[in-house]
Amino acid sequence: MSTARPLSGEPAIDVADLRRTYRTTTGTLRRHRLEIEAVRGVTLRVEPGELFGLLGPNGAGKTTIIRVLCTLLLPTSGQVRVLGMDVVERPRDVRRQIGYVFGGDRGLYDRLSALDNLRYFADLYALEPRMQRKRINEVLDLVGLQGRGTERVEGFSRGMRQRLHLARGLLHDPPVLFFDEPTIGVDPVGAREVRQVVADLARAGKTILLTTHYMFEADSLCDRIAVIAQGQIVAEGTPQQLKAGVTARTVVEIEAYGVPEQTVARIRELPEVEAVTIEVRDQAQLLTVQASEGSQLTGRLLQLLEGVRVERIAAREPTLEDAYVALVTAG
Amino acid sequence: MSLVQFNRTLYRSGPAALSWPRQVRAGWWYQLKMQAQSGFVVMVSLVQPLIFASIAMADQQAGNRTLPLLYYALGAGIMGIWSTVVFGCGGALSWQRHQGMLEPLVMVPAPLVVVLLGITLGTASVGLYSMGATLLWGWLVFGAHIHLVDPLAFVLAAVVMIVALGLLGLVMGSSFVLYRNADALSNALEYPVWLVCGLVVPLSLLPGWTHYLAYILAPTWGIESMRSAALGGDPWVAMLWCVVASLVYLGLGIVLVGNVERLARAHATLNFQ
Repeated sequence: MSTARPLSGEPAIDVADLRRTYRTTTGTLRRHRLEIEAVRGVTLRVEPGELFGLLGPNGAGKTTIIRVLCTLLLPTSGQVRVLGMDVVERPRDVRRQIGYVFGGDRGLYDRLSALDNLRYFADLYALEPRMQRKRINEVLDLVGLQGRGTERVEGFSRGMRQRLHLARGLLHDPPVLFFDEPTIGVDPVGAREVRQVVADLARAGKTILLTTHYMFEADSLCDRIAVIAQGQIVAEGTPQQLKAGVTARTVVEIEAYGVPEQTVARIRELPEVEAVTIEVRDQAQLLTVQASEGSQLTGRLLQLLEGVRVERIAAREPTLEDAYVALVTAG
Repeated sequence: MSLVQFNRTLYRSGPAALSWPRQVRAGWWYQLKMQAQSGFVVMVSLVQPLIFASIAMADQQAGNRTLPLLYYALGAGIMGIWSTVVFGCGGALSWQRHQGMLEPLVMVPAPLVVVLLGITLGTASVGLYSMGATLLWGWLVFGAHIHLVDPLAFVLAAVVMIVALGLLGLVMGSSFVLYRNADALSNALEYPVWLVCGLVVPLSLLPGWTHYLAYILAPTWGIESMRSAALGGDPWVAMLWCVVASLVYLGLGIVLVGNVERLARAHATLNFQ
């Protein structure tokens, strides 16, 4: 048995100046070497029992950080420790103490039953053979898959697969858990159940690092959040602290049809406008405009949107999502 | 619950190595279970060997070959086992990567070599389909006389050869972990090994330099021991060489997989993207 007990006061997850570069080539006849710096000097600490969120757009480096922590990638430089153990020097000891739950369809044996998937990993995690059946039933029960264990995974819905991922990650009862977008593609009811399990695990004292695109998920679950953009942490704090960063802003939402790109560009050019995002909702577009506090924007926005069918325009309180947008679009 | 008060009673007590046989057996069993349900694997291990067995046995019946039909049925069976190993080890590991399984498998505390050994042994075992099919085909269609001179030695020789091929698959599998497209190599490895190991034509017909290659490849000794056990002769020396080759493959596999795991983590080749 590895000595996994961290020294008193030591963080459960300790990342210091982590850098990770991917090398690739492009071109067919003339091959060019390309270096992509996915993570650029990330430093973070997650305290024991904390639920820490990592937020960032696609390609920001979240999954790379989790993969380094899970011993699946070597850092290019920097130091990464889990429960005081270096992930480069002691990967096998780290692996006993961590569980990795990732989102998506992959990562399970489709031709095997849920039970067989778990039995195989119970053996690979060297669980005591006499305890395996009991533990497998426990985790199936925990994720709400009791009674479905003998069914082949290929017949499982996305939500059921996600719950099986979760069951596998919990099989060896690790003290540290990594969740990489665990609710992605899961229906709202299934996602709520997954979130409930994550919250229960946090209450049970597990240390959890979670990446998600869903702000309300991070807001409702996480004790602290780090926002990552282009491989660097651009903000870190509690959800309230991050929201406080944008409370001194005015946020205007416009639901409209067929807003031309030039109009959006002209809105962006307004001196008081800090950020503009566009979300397509069926036929309509939802423009969210963030501007400096006290800006009287509505009239000017309507002027710029002349000739465009505007369904709704309203100012509202800034949310964590606004904070996130402001952080990842800044600079 | 404190930070590391995870349920230690869940873990098997004693040195980690005590769990390795069970981990290899689990990998072997679940791999076998999955591959046996794969239509593609069944096709590779059945159709091709049956075609080759039919050609060789028809040729023998036409008077162009002098050895008993069983000789050719066995050769074709081992060709099928080898095909299953090369496609299986390459395909299985690429498939694991494609399914997103390579990362969860690397992430377990068990050494990667133990995990891969179970997979490659399971893959090689599926090749037994080929042996059974060619023997049955020879008996049913060509009236081959399936009389094994030493059945016990034959079964032992088959088991030793399956293990040897599984271990050879482990050596090859290490490159499949490192390079995403290494399974393309499996196509190139199929026919040369058939030839060099004397599965298609007797070794004595091949140029002398190929014999050195043949001696380091387990199928050469595997077919030799199985044919001797089935048709008469001393199967034990060839079987011993098969065991020696297996041990060499195991040693190579342990060294290669350990290094390859580190390189794969450095080059980020464990995932599908």
